[in-house]
Amino acid sequence: MIDQPLIERPVLEAKNLYKVFGRNPKDAVRRLAAGQTRADVTDAGTAAVIDASFTVAQGEIFVIMGLSGSGKSTIIRMLNGLVQPTAGEVLVRSASVTGASAPQLRAIRRSSVSMVFQHFALLPHRTVIDNAAYALEIQGVAKAERLERARVILDKVGLSDRAQAMPDELSGGMRQRVGLARALTAGTDILLMDEAFSALDPLIRREMQEQLVELQQELGRTVIFITHDLNEAMFLGDRIAVMRDGRIVQNGTPEEILTDPANDYVSQFVQDVDRARVLTAGAVMEPPHLTTPVSAGVRGALRVLREHQASVVFAVENRRLMGVVTDRAVIRAVKAGQTDLNAIVDSSVLTVSRDDLLSDIVERAVETPVPLAVVDETRRLVGVIPRVTLLAALGNVPATTREMPTIQSPIDMVAQFTPLVDAAAGVPAGSSTADGGVR
Amino acid sequence: MDGFRIPIGSWVKAFIDFVIDAFGWFFDFIATIFAAFYAGAEWLFTAPPFWIVIIAIAAAAWLAKGWKLALGTALGLLVIVSIGQWNNAMQTLALTLVAVLIAVIIAIPLGIWAARSQTVSSIVRPILDFLQTMPAFVYLIPAIFLFGVGVVPGMVATILFSVAPGVRLTELGIRGVDHEVVEAGNAFGATPRRILRQIQLPLAMPTIMAGVNQVIMLSLSMAVIASMVGAPGLGKDIIQALSRTAIALGFEAGLAVVIIAMILDRITGGFGTRTRRTRTRAEQAESIAPSEPAASAVRGAA
Repeated sequence: MIDQPLIERPVLEAKNLYKVFGRNPKDAVRRLAAGQTRADVTDAGTAAVIDASFTVAQGEIFVIMGLSGSGKSTIIRMLNGLVQPTAGEVLVRSASVTGASAPQLRAIRRSSVSMVFQHFALLPHRTVIDNAAYALEIQGVAKAERLERARVILDKVGLSDRAQAMPDELSGGMRQRVGLARALTAGTDILLMDEAFSALDPLIRREMQEQLVELQQELGRTVIFITHDLNEAMFLGDRIAVMRDGRIVQNGTPEEILTDPANDYVSQFVQDVDRARVLTAGAVMEPPHLTTPVSAGVRGALRVLREHQASVVFAVENRRLMGVVTDRAVIRAVKAGQTDLNAIVDSSVLTVSRDDLLSDIVERAVETPVPLAVVDETRRLVGVIPRVTLLAALGNVPATTREMPTIQSPIDMVAQFTPLVDAAAGVPAGSSTADGGVR
Repeated sequence: MDGFRIPIGSWVKAFIDFVIDAFGWFFDFIATIFAAFYAGAEWLFTAPPFWIVIIAIAAAAWLAKGWKLALGTALGLLVIVSIGQWNNAMQTLALTLVAVLIAVIIAIPLGIWAARSQTVSSIVRPILDFLQTMPAFVYLIPAIFLFGVGVVPGMVATILFSVAPGVRLTELGIRGVDHEVVEAGNAFGATPRRILRQIQLPLAMPTIMAGVNQVIMLSLSMAVIASMVGAPGLGKDIIQALSRTAIALGFEAGLAVVIIAMILDRITGGFGTRTRRTRTRAEQAESIAPSEPAASAVRGAA
């Protein structure tokens, strides 16, 4: 799915990838292509990846997200030929990985694609710097040069003082930094990261995510990141492919996936997402209805306030935000016989830009009674975020009141039905509902 | 049941006869080489005065583990001297070490091959089972036919008997190397040979050394039995003691075997656990060196 015109050829392209393990993989692929499901073809083999296609552009962080068993680890291994697909093709800079001979494959891996592993996969008998330089050693770079280059990267990941340590002397986070350094030192422009941060504890993981984003911005590598953690996917991903049972069920930007989930599976998935870290002001803002041109004067402002039964109105000039006018100021001005709106405009209004994350603007929204104004670079008012909209966006409920579908969770249902069942069985209802609730 | 019998025994005999006819020259060739190896090793251990040999072995023990083992080794060897078994013990040691060397040369490549190929593994495994469980004496019979009486058939029987754990533990060690680390080697474009040399062998080394240790212990036990076909050493005295029910001689020769066994076990065990540490230390020293003053010196020179 190519949803925006790519300026250049994609760095990496996966075309209709299938991977089936088992007795009769080719047959399984044929049947899957004809529309049968994973469960239908279990007699022919286990389908790990079904018809996966995507492209990754230069400098992008592309996240493949799915639960365990969804086929994501198999996909990433097909991208560098560690696993050969049953059908389909992988192109790295237009060179086919799938058709390559063993030496060609090694050449592609040395020059274009490096990898970071879930459990770090460091060489335990070598020092940190030798590990970091390992890819260069394979590429045949002379010792002095490769140690020098490794040192530069170790410095970037903050490990220059541990260069002579052995991997087993390091903490998990540090080890993965070495893994990252090894992949970065390789100098390839594509970085495959297989659940790279999943083995780390949450605080370290957050730190590593931020470091990865920084490094990516600095070095401009293309990253393909596998994770089962949606928050991680949302934080890192420029685009995310959500996988389920071997298929890619949705491929889009984090916002698209949050605001417009392709199916129930994805929407259930995104329920628990820390939305504040993903959604931007531009994604939740509402059209700016409460505006009045400065030229309309105090009377104009009063009319808008009365029509919308609002307490504040944004004053604009040529659609550019001048400030806000409160109802009190308007009333006072009318009483005093003033007509010039400029005199009462409060220009200290808080503004946010379209790309600001909700997590960054929540604090500002709480401090002001006035809706936040979303403006572009030229200070044109493009939208507003009333507090209720902000809260609704964070809570994943519509801002308007309408009938809401209630999804009953199994726990609720247990809690609801246990009294009935217990009553039938002759157990006092009160004691067991508490249990049900805990369960 | 009386009438029916599969004559496996006579088939094997016919086969051995055939082999002797057809490949006699080959076995003569092997016999010459093995005999030469043994002669060299025996000379090494018996030609110098006993105290020089004791100092040399104690030094090896020191290197492997430390002064305590060196001291124990020296004392043990002195006991052997004092019970008049020195010459026999050194012959047994020579036979064992040559057999071990050859067994390891066979076992490690075979183990590596078996680790890489499921086919090889499934062919090799039953052969190893056979070699390991066949009563040791049985090897001696064809060995006599093929190589005559003397040190060579003893050595061949010893090698056959002891090679199995070497192959098995090498295969096990290489298969047991963390899959992800091997995958990492692949992912960065390393050749299979480089992965073997830089990842699989170093990481499997403790297991492989455990295998070598087993090979040594089995060789030693077999080297004693090999004396039944005329191999020199402690076994000769033991067999003599057995036929004459000479308790004193039997016990002394047996004690010498135990002492040799313990020394070999501790020394190889010590080297086994050492392998990793010394490697890393050496590499550390190597990579520290060019980093600081040496590197600038190099740059200055360039």
